[in-house]
Amino acid sequence: MLGRTILRHGLAILVTALIGGFLSATLVRLAPGFDTDEAQLDSRLNGASIEALRQTRIQQNNIFRFYFHSLDRALHGDLGTSLSLQQPVSRLLGDRGPLTLKLVGIGLLLSWTAALALALSAASVQVAAYDIAVTIVTGTLLCLPAAVLALFSVLWNAPGAIAIALVIFPRDFRYTRNLLAKAYSAPHIVTARAKGLGELRILVWHVIPVLGPQLLAVAGVSVSLALGATIPVEALCGLAGVGQLAWQAALARDLPLLVNITILVTLLTLLANSTADVIGHMLRGHAA
Amino acid sequence: MNFWRRLAFLVLLLVLGMSLAANWLAPAGYRTQYREAAGAPPSRQHWLGTDEIGRDRLARVLYGTRISLLLAPAAALLSTFMAAFIGGLAGYLGGIWARGAMAITDLFLSLPWLFLLITVRALLPLNVSPLISVLVTFLLLGLLGWTSAARVLSASAGSFRDSDFVRQARASGIPGFRLFWIHVLPNLKPVLYAQFWISIPVFILSEANLGILGLGVAEPMPSWGSLLRELEGLVSVGEEPWKFVPLILLIIVVTSFQLLLSKEEGLPV
Repeated sequence: MLGRTILRHGLAILVTALIGGFLSATLVRLAPGFDTDEAQLDSRLNGASIEALRQTRIQQNNIFRFYFHSLDRALHGDLGTSLSLQQPVSRLLGDRGPLTLKLVGIGLLLSWTAALALALSAASVQVAAYDIAVTIVTGTLLCLPAAVLALFSVLWNAPGAIAIALVIFPRDFRYTRNLLAKAYSAPHIVTARAKGLGELRILVWHVIPVLGPQLLAVAGVSVSLALGATIPVEALCGLAGVGQLAWQAALARDLPLLVNITILVTLLTLLANSTADVIGHMLRGHAA
Repeated sequence: MNFWRRLAFLVLLLVLGMSLAANWLAPAGYRTQYREAAGAPPSRQHWLGTDEIGRDRLARVLYGTRISLLLAPAAALLSTFMAAFIGGLAGYLGGIWARGAMAITDLFLSLPWLFLLITVRALLPLNVSPLISVLVTFLLLGLLGWTSAARVLSASAGSFRDSDFVRQARASGIPGFRLFWIHVLPNLKPVLYAQFWISIPVFILSEANLGILGLGVAEPMPSWGSLLRELEGLVSVGEEPWKFVPLILLIIVVTSFQLLLSKEEGLPV
């Protein structure tokens, strides 16, 4: 059963990569200016060289041939060359990827720590004023665009990871609080409390095993939110990560670079969701 | 309607009314420059001061609010129609149609929203006229924002597929599309309303993000996104507090939509 789940997710990622790759190759092929090559304007080239360059472009006219050619190159680690930065896309991604992964990782860690701590305290304290205060704070954060949070982090010299955490935190908190409220109102928990079981024991033995798979699903979704937030945060905080690269590529209309980044981010999102789903599946099986 | 929802509705009406009355409240318009008063603080002539090239900030806030508050619902309407058509029809037809439509929806949903927006925005020319940039931005939001709503609508329409009234209508010979249009779609109204209201604040915030990143509405046309770009030049929060007016207005409007939404979410789905 677990093997089938992993296989299903693996297939979904593969199909998405293939379809996404085809759509991206189509976009790059149909983008204005693809048929022209700056090198053809080089006065140092002779007629034969210019003709050779032209023939290379003509060979790429067929979208399917262009796709299979791109796929073959991608399988060998060649993701093409950035039009605006004139550097191999794979090198650009390799240089900037670690910073983005670090930002996303720290942002997720901070956000989940705060969300779980506040949601657990709200569920155990059960004071209306506390709940209202937390709701107002998270509600206000939900109304702020990620780019504004990034601007505030620049203004207050706060690390970019905090801005990412603040984008994800209100959503994480609200889901977690609602799930906890629902779990604590379940009859078996009410009975356990009435019998005098300690709060910690109720949480570890009765609440977490029930909520584990659902919280993991939310964690998978929050990876997508964090990756999305890297664009404004890195662009406005001046952090040289993949988000900033995507923003620069969008401003320069550098499609080969932009579509490669988008596919990579999509695959990361799918991987995160699939991992959350598989672990959730294992936890459910273990609980059963 | 409880107190908070009523208040939210009144606030939205007030903000919309003020933005529609921009021609009277700020007759100079959003592009008139007062070069002798560039970057001026609030005064009797310019209630919210002027921006760095001398344009009246109040006028720009009012006109920007008008653009965001009229076009975000228009984009939400477009995305809801698309979701109803794609998701609703796929759910109603079921089988391979539903699986195909949901596979496409899942593909879109696995793309982080902002990455998808900037990728598609980059495909279109960036140096377009301000009016075209407004239309392109909101059209893009409407055309790309249907996916999550389509998923919900597909599930809802699927639940009607084998219901008694649909079977009876089918048995009496009503053709498929007519049956969907006349009998299934009206039953999806509560879900459609909810998805419409959910989309508006999402689109307002997305436009703000795109605007701050320089990929949204082009100058001199104001929008909340372009107005918020002014915050980039701030050195401290207390320095020029009047520059925060667009942000405060954005928070008030999005909060109001969310308060209104709490009613829509309570509808039977």
